[in-house]
Amino acid sequence: MTSLFRTILGAAFIALASLPAKAATDIVEVTSPGGITAWLVEEHAIPMLAIELNFRGGAVLDPVGQEGVTTLMMGLLEEGAGEYDASAFLQATETLAARFRFNTGQDSVNVSAQMLTENRTESLALLRVALTQPRFDAVDVERVRRQMLSGLDSDATDPDAIAFEAFRNAAYGQHPYVRNTDGTRESVTALDQAALRDAHARALSRDNVVIGVVGDITAEELGPLLDELLGDLPLQPAFSVPRADVLLTAAINVIDFPTPQAVALFGHQGLSRDDPDYLTAFVVNHIFGGRVVTSRLNQALREERGLTYGVGTSLSPMDYAALITGRFSSTSDSMAEAIAVLRDEWARIADGVTEDELNVAKTYLTGNYPLQFDSNGEIARAITGFQIAGLPRDYIETRNENVMALTLDEVNRVAKRLFDPSRLNIIVVGQPVGLESQR
Amino acid sequence: MRLSLVLGFLALALPATAQAPLVSTFTLENGLQGVVIEDHRAPVVTHMLWYRVGAADEPPGKSGIAHFFEHLMFKATTNRPDADFSAVVESNGGDDNAFTSQDYTGYYQRVAADRLGLMMAMEADRMRNLVLSPDDMETERAVVLEERALRTESEPGALMSEARSAALFQNHPYGIPVIGWRHEVEALNHADLLAFYQRYYAPNNAVLVVAGDVTPAEVEALARAHYGPLKPSENLPARVRPQEPPQLAERRVIFEDQRVASPYLVRIYLAQNRQSGNQEQAAALSLLADLLGSSGIASELGRNLQLEQEIAVSTGAWYSGDSLDPDEFGLFVVPSQGVSLADAEAAMDEVLANFATEGVDPVQLARVKSTRLANEIYGMDDQFHLAQRYGVALTTGLTLDDVAAWPQVLDAVSAEDIMQAAAEVLQMRRSVTAYLRAPAGENAQ
Repeated sequence: MTSLFRTILGAAFIALASLPAKAATDIVEVTSPGGITAWLVEEHAIPMLAIELNFRGGAVLDPVGQEGVTTLMMGLLEEGAGEYDASAFLQATETLAARFRFNTGQDSVNVSAQMLTENRTESLALLRVALTQPRFDAVDVERVRRQMLSGLDSDATDPDAIAFEAFRNAAYGQHPYVRNTDGTRESVTALDQAALRDAHARALSRDNVVIGVVGDITAEELGPLLDELLGDLPLQPAFSVPRADVLLTAAINVIDFPTPQAVALFGHQGLSRDDPDYLTAFVVNHIFGGRVVTSRLNQALREERGLTYGVGTSLSPMDYAALITGRFSSTSDSMAEAIAVLRDEWARIADGVTEDELNVAKTYLTGNYPLQFDSNGEIARAITGFQIAGLPRDYIETRNENVMALTLDEVNRVAKRLFDPSRLNIIVVGQPVGLESQR
Repeated sequence: MRLSLVLGFLALALPATAQAPLVSTFTLENGLQGVVIEDHRAPVVTHMLWYRVGAADEPPGKSGIAHFFEHLMFKATTNRPDADFSAVVESNGGDDNAFTSQDYTGYYQRVAADRLGLMMAMEADRMRNLVLSPDDMETERAVVLEERALRTESEPGALMSEARSAALFQNHPYGIPVIGWRHEVEALNHADLLAFYQRYYAPNNAVLVVAGDVTPAEVEALARAHYGPLKPSENLPARVRPQEPPQLAERRVIFEDQRVASPYLVRIYLAQNRQSGNQEQAAALSLLADLLGSSGIASELGRNLQLEQEIAVSTGAWYSGDSLDPDEFGLFVVPSQGVSLADAEAAMDEVLANFATEGVDPVQLARVKSTRLANEIYGMDDQFHLAQRYGVALTTGLTLDDVAAWPQVLDAVSAEDIMQAAAEVLQMRRSVTAYLRAPAGENAQ
């Protein structure tokens, strides 16, 4: 049955994940006999286990002409491995009631697994087969390739996908980030089994994986299981990816597309995760376009003027570039006004926020901290994110203090640093009335 | 041969009682029903207030009023003239939102457990004290129309969904979209909204669900303090909607839109919902959907059309049964490039015909049952969805006993039950077949 939600949830704040207070003091680092490390939160209330594996590398490593190969490879891991053909693998997974998800991003590929305690040994054995012995049988490759091509065809008439492609082009120039992680029709059509095997060796290795485990297991039990799960993987071949220059400058690019509702995607250079101002920038972004009704943008665009159903901005710190981006949609008649409001707000926040706004943000962000993650799977993802960001295991215990300690001067210095109206690049896909491209 | 590899794992039994969520209930004198689900893993709480009113309860010609009203519930009350409901939740570190379906409207906050009383105070306030100013109405009407443009009018698949539901339900209001028809949302007036509010937003039409780090006694005491003084509605109508006549004619819907890049077809059949004390057919239909299409290439449709014949890129089946009145059982096929929708439909019908002759494979039945039963355990890891499960049940005519019995009812379904349910429900005269495609001669760009 369809449900309609009042607000659209914004982009995930992966980089600043948080934990329930109870789990905060309970993270232990487990090192397997074979030398693989993981962060573990024991939680024995429910007879299940969540494992998050994040392999660094990702689609940014796709060779030229093989764009999409990592995505196709990851899509094939559960489509036939070892003794199992595609159908048998799926049936074995479901019979064990295990849940495996395989995803591909620019900087990493990740595996999210959940399993019942009573089927843990068999479930991990099955996952090991998928990770270490994928078959890439021709019939399966063709089937999954058809799905990817079908998705690429849909992207061609999806305003969001069109906007995203234009935004990548404007942002990255010749850097590999400019490419769609799903590749192009041409590149995906040309991928062969050798390319898939290479992608597998590049993406999944035992020395590039970051691991978070939450659930019904002890540290003593976990160590040997990590070796069994990942010990057969090779070491990762050396690679290097240049840092991207974010080329976004002030412009509006209107892309004509027949739809009653236009989509706007916008942003410019952001801050790296290791920037000393990152946490401050996170707070400033929250005040400006965070996932709350009271954000400046939501108030200006939705609550005061009814120009959109929902708007949000987020910091996107990636391995080789950092952005601040946002998105909303608006009907053709309203888009021009909405863009004008957006640009005004982007300029106004650079002038600083009020003491009151900062206090409201502090109360929300610190009070909301234990709420963001309320399931084993979410906590596993969060503690994996902490490791990727290079945060200490006691980060959770100091994070709220660090938020509370921010002064208005610091916040306003970073607001000025983060928001630069002279660089705000806006892509609009649709047929907005009275809005023209501007260079 | 390969199947024997998995047979050894068929170990999963019904979740033991120790693994079921800890649930209790109470009812206040003014009719408000309360449900408490204990989850002491973290010091947080999910507070939900559900109303037994949804889009299917709207007066004729006033479509969208239930959902529009959900938006207005965040506006000013006599006690909170600044319309700061969400701001106060946020200033307490909480998240809040709301949702509307054909059968219910729900409001929730997730917040630190010690703020539960404040949430109840504010929720009780807006149950009876909303101001409903004309200015707020107009701003929010614009937001709702933006939402309709975003979710429906920008999505050919959503427009096709509206068209096929309108065709499936010949008399029942489930044929009208939850968000409402645009021209009717544009015309909703202050009197409509006020009458709707006064009639339906009352304690005797509400279900309180609290999940989290709380005890039943403290929740009941807080509920008594905050919701207890509210006066019940005296003109609450029985939830009797116009029902479907016997359906005698197969219907076809063709929706063409130049934005369609991947054409597909959907078949929906009118199907019985879960009914209190009578959930057997719904359980059989749930497992039938799993067998036909919930597991990709391991399902009947996927195995035949994607794996063996290679004429589809994606297939699926769905059935929820979580509705107050009979709803739908659905199938879809996204054909491969070069395969026509008519050929894909013929192949889909052949799969159904073969299934009807060959019956249920016991290995497959065991597989889909173990997945369903494991979901009961995984469900306990998600406080919000656990709370939602009870809210949906109690606003769609089920009882707590029905919810508790559901795993056993699922487990007791036999292959014969499934075949019987399939024969009863999968009838063309009770169906709509819908095609979504680009206009002839136009290549999607």
